Amino acid sequence: MIENFLTQLNAGEISEPFGVVAEYTEYPPMPVNKKEVLRYAGIYGVKDGEISEQTEEVFEKAVELLSGKCKFLVGFKPVLIRRDEEGFPILPINQHSENLKKNLTDCEAAVFFSATIGSGIDGLIRRYEKANAPLALMLQALGAERVESLCNLFNEEIKAEAEAFGRTTHPRFSPGFGDLPITVQKEFLGILDASRRMGITLSESFLMAPSKSVTAIIGITKKL
Amino acid sequence: MKILEYMKNNFLFLDGGMGTLLQEAGLQPGELPERWNVSHPDEIVKIQKAYFDAGSNVILANTFGANALKFEDEELIMLITAAVTNARKAAEESIGTQEKFVALDIGPIGKLLKPYGDYEFEDAVSCYAKTVKYGVEAGVDLIFIETMNDSYDTKAALLAAKENSDLPVFVSNAYGSDGKLMTGASPAAMVAMLEGMHADAIGANCSLGPDQLIGVMEEYLEYASVPVLLKPNAGLPRSENGKTVYDVSPEDFAESVGKLLEKGVRIAGGCCGTRPEFIQNVVKKAAELTPVPVTKKEKSLVSSYTHVVEFGQSPILIGERINPTGKKRFQQALREHDIDYILNEALKQQDAGVQVLDVNVGLPEIDEPKLLEEVTKELQAVTDLPLQIDTTDLTAMEAALRCYNGKAMVNSVNGKQEVMEGVFPLVAKYGGFVVALTLDEGGIPEDAERRVEIAKKIREKAKEYGIEGKDLIVDPLAMTISADTKAALSTMKAVHEIRHTLGLNTSLGVSNVSFGLPVRNVVTSTFFALCLEEGLSAAIMNPYSVEMMNVYFAFRALHNLDENCMDYINYASALPKTVPAGSAAAPADGGSGTEKGSDSKELPPLQHAIIRGLKEKAGALTKEYLQDRKPLEIIQGDVIPALNIVGEDFEKKKVYLPQLLMAAEAAKAAFEEVKIRMAGEEQTGGSRCAFVIATVHGDIHDIGKNIVKLILENYGFAVTDLGKDVPEQVIVDKVVELHAPIVGLSALMTTTVPAMEETIKLLREQAPWAKVTVGGAVLTQEYADAIGADKYCRDAMETVRYAEEVEKSLKEEA
Repeated sequence: MIENFLTQLNAGEISEPFGVVAEYTEYPPMPVNKKEVLRYAGIYGVKDGEISEQTEEVFEKAVELLSGKCKFLVGFKPVLIRRDEEGFPILPINQHSENLKKNLTDCEAAVFFSATIGSGIDGLIRRYEKANAPLALMLQALGAERVESLCNLFNEEIKAEAEAFGRTTHPRFSPGFGDLPITVQKEFLGILDASRRMGITLSESFLMAPSKSVTAIIGITKKL
Repeated sequence: MKILEYMKNNFLFLDGGMGTLLQEAGLQPGELPERWNVSHPDEIVKIQKAYFDAGSNVILANTFGANALKFEDEELIMLITAAVTNARKAAEESIGTQEKFVALDIGPIGKLLKPYGDYEFEDAVSCYAKTVKYGVEAGVDLIFIETMNDSYDTKAALLAAKENSDLPVFVSNAYGSDGKLMTGASPAAMVAMLEGMHADAIGANCSLGPDQLIGVMEEYLEYASVPVLLKPNAGLPRSENGKTVYDVSPEDFAESVGKLLEKGVRIAGGCCGTRPEFIQNVVKKAAELTPVPVTKKEKSLVSSYTHVVEFGQSPILIGERINPTGKKRFQQALREHDIDYILNEALKQQDAGVQVLDVNVGLPEIDEPKLLEEVTKELQAVTDLPLQIDTTDLTAMEAALRCYNGKAMVNSVNGKQEVMEGVFPLVAKYGGFVVALTLDEGGIPEDAERRVEIAKKIREKAKEYGIEGKDLIVDPLAMTISADTKAALSTMKAVHEIRHTLGLNTSLGVSNVSFGLPVRNVVTSTFFALCLEEGLSAAIMNPYSVEMMNVYFAFRALHNLDENCMDYINYASALPKTVPAGSAAAPADGGSGTEKGSDSKELPPLQHAIIRGLKEKAGALTKEYLQDRKPLEIIQGDVIPALNIVGEDFEKKKVYLPQLLMAAEAAKAAFEEVKIRMAGEEQTGGSRCAFVIATVHGDIHDIGKNIVKLILENYGFAVTDLGKDVPEQVIVDKVVELHAPIVGLSALMTTTVPAMEETIKLLREQAPWAKVTVGGAVLTQEYADAIGADKYCRDAMETVRYAEEVEKSLKEEA
């Protein structure tokens, strides 16, 4: 993923602090975390084997429908972090966010990324939301779990690479968290050329389509 | 020489990547490249001249992002004019002696269209239209639409190009690694739509290297009757020492592109990561090759936004159920503007196995153009089946064809001059596969020979409009045998002649044949089988008829159209088993486990079925009860008590949301039976107060709202659902119109809460009687208070309880 960047970072040879071009990676299908899906569907604290057969059926159906209609695409770009006089990180996005500053404390670099599972899930939700509300709900939950799992997987890989270079990562931080306005979504997607390369677009009210898409920044620090 | 002329006997070479070269020349990240047409014309000319020197025939002017969303009119005109001037200058200064052309380059406007996104199709058309007009005025030789990753957006751009110029138009799409566009279209689907609208060359660019695009190119070459183009990336990018490098060398690139030129690709260039030396190598490679002639593919295609359906191979089933003729319940749905009912009818037919959906919403008292357009848009949002637009109203037909995302079936034209002159221009403009009825000014001929003559006449007339025989499907008309026992024989003979002598596809509305006879399915399905044997390509039919489906699957198996009979075997295994009399055991209720709520086994069967969420059973039981019980008695005696049990269990957290929704769906099935029974009758009471519900302006997520609506309807509230992304005033107007005592607003995002606040403010001014309840992911009680709502409801049940409270206080006041 970002070994080249980390090598240069170690050698102090980053010529373009904001990177040149985003890169893209596609993952093979990942196992479904059923418990998470059920949690997103509003079923809490129920042990496996204790949910009703009908709920079980709806879950199975959702998984079956989505199989083959889901991709696992991530676009990413590592950047070097410099700071202004007040200690705010200077990033290729326009922000003055205390929360982001805090999240990136002690970070010398960060990775911008966007993840999407594609528009197949949105088609399925539209297909069933009028005809079968329980299934639409389950698909919604499954989509949320899929994209979160994708983010987690990508995060773990970045973390492992960072650790191999004597570093670690901070929890990912997304537009809309704390005082980082959701309006910076536009710049996030611009940095990653996500509209053209990943098909992620933004509505007037800054909603992403496909809906199961995530953007975030992961801080990289020497402090282990 | 004109470009189309030149292309007839030659490969055509495009240019290569622009972005990287501009960055190397100093373009800063975030800077709009189109501005360089004016600020750095020399740099642009230098790059484009290098491409002409390398052998490119076509240079795309630097207008990829030149659109009205990014630039004000004045600047837009200036940038496009300068871009064309630069490209012309590059052509003049180039040492190359080849034919040179300048294209207006059009990239996506970066908005996702409805239903995926929030942008209107017609707004996209208008936006592209401006770029086209200014490009034409600046004097380009052709229009090049590229890097489109959505079929609907592509249609908008092509429509704008066709409506505002007579220039040749090339259309290129960007495919993902799965060989599909981002929104799901296959290459074949794009070919069907784009050829229908008369694009002059089509193909793929960007996203992948030439080797990864082999599959996509092969599909284009299999389906396309126009030249196919390829403009791939130099492989995949990676970053090396702070620089972006692509993994394919100019030599390997030319080798790979050369292989596709050998297969039949006629137009080639490069996209991201390619430079003049890539083009130079391609030109050199192509010099060793002879262009493969472009041949007409006699494929009869319709398409949706994802796939094509091909006629003439295996028979095609067209679902007839979206049609008010003779269906009281459907007529009622149309009058009540119950779009959901229509959508459900579509989805049920899809599940039953049809490949195309006929769509007819014509009723005398209805604004058909408006409704047909709306239904077309709604249908293509929920189903990926191609649609057959069924209307005699030309305005309605145009409205539907225009907004249709693909190449539609058109039902219908006939041999009357006036009708042909009305329908064919629409098909020529928007594309289409047209049903041609064999009747004319003289009516429907009795004998087969004269029906064949009319088919010939229609085919000749279609030709005048550039519509080929492959885009006609003749319906020689099935007439009832109860009026004339020779009728079916004439029809079958006509099917045979039209198929085997004229070589055209045929379709029939088969069920007419049995009109007036008892047990019609037997006659209809036998007739269907006989017609298939005569070569019938498609039938407009009822997919819920087991007899018809039996014939369809058996015919395919018998005619070697079903490999290993797998479709038949799957179909047969899903058929209901014949249950011996007396052993009708109750179906398993599936209610084991702890997420099950109250024990419902002791309850009456309908209540039990609803609580367990057994949809089919709830419907069937209601139907049975309706034979000797009053509708209202069933609702109040069984449905509502069952819903109350589930609702209370949900509130006590004994059941969870999915279970609540399953019960709601089962109750809905019961209500539907009641509605069918009462369709056409005067509605008698039972209905509760009006409830207007909407997802606010700017917000396009509405599953939460739909859940609340479903449960409210279960409880008998007269819910008017305005949908999602609803402008403030539209909500207010509806509340005023209905004098609705209660309004529910939903918002998912913090960015759309201001729209909610604005709506509440307007409601207070114009509908001060209305109580406003709000809900949605970001809302809290504090938030609700801050924006002036009357109530924050956490979930659907809480909304029901609040609505009941409001209704009760209204009654007390009265």
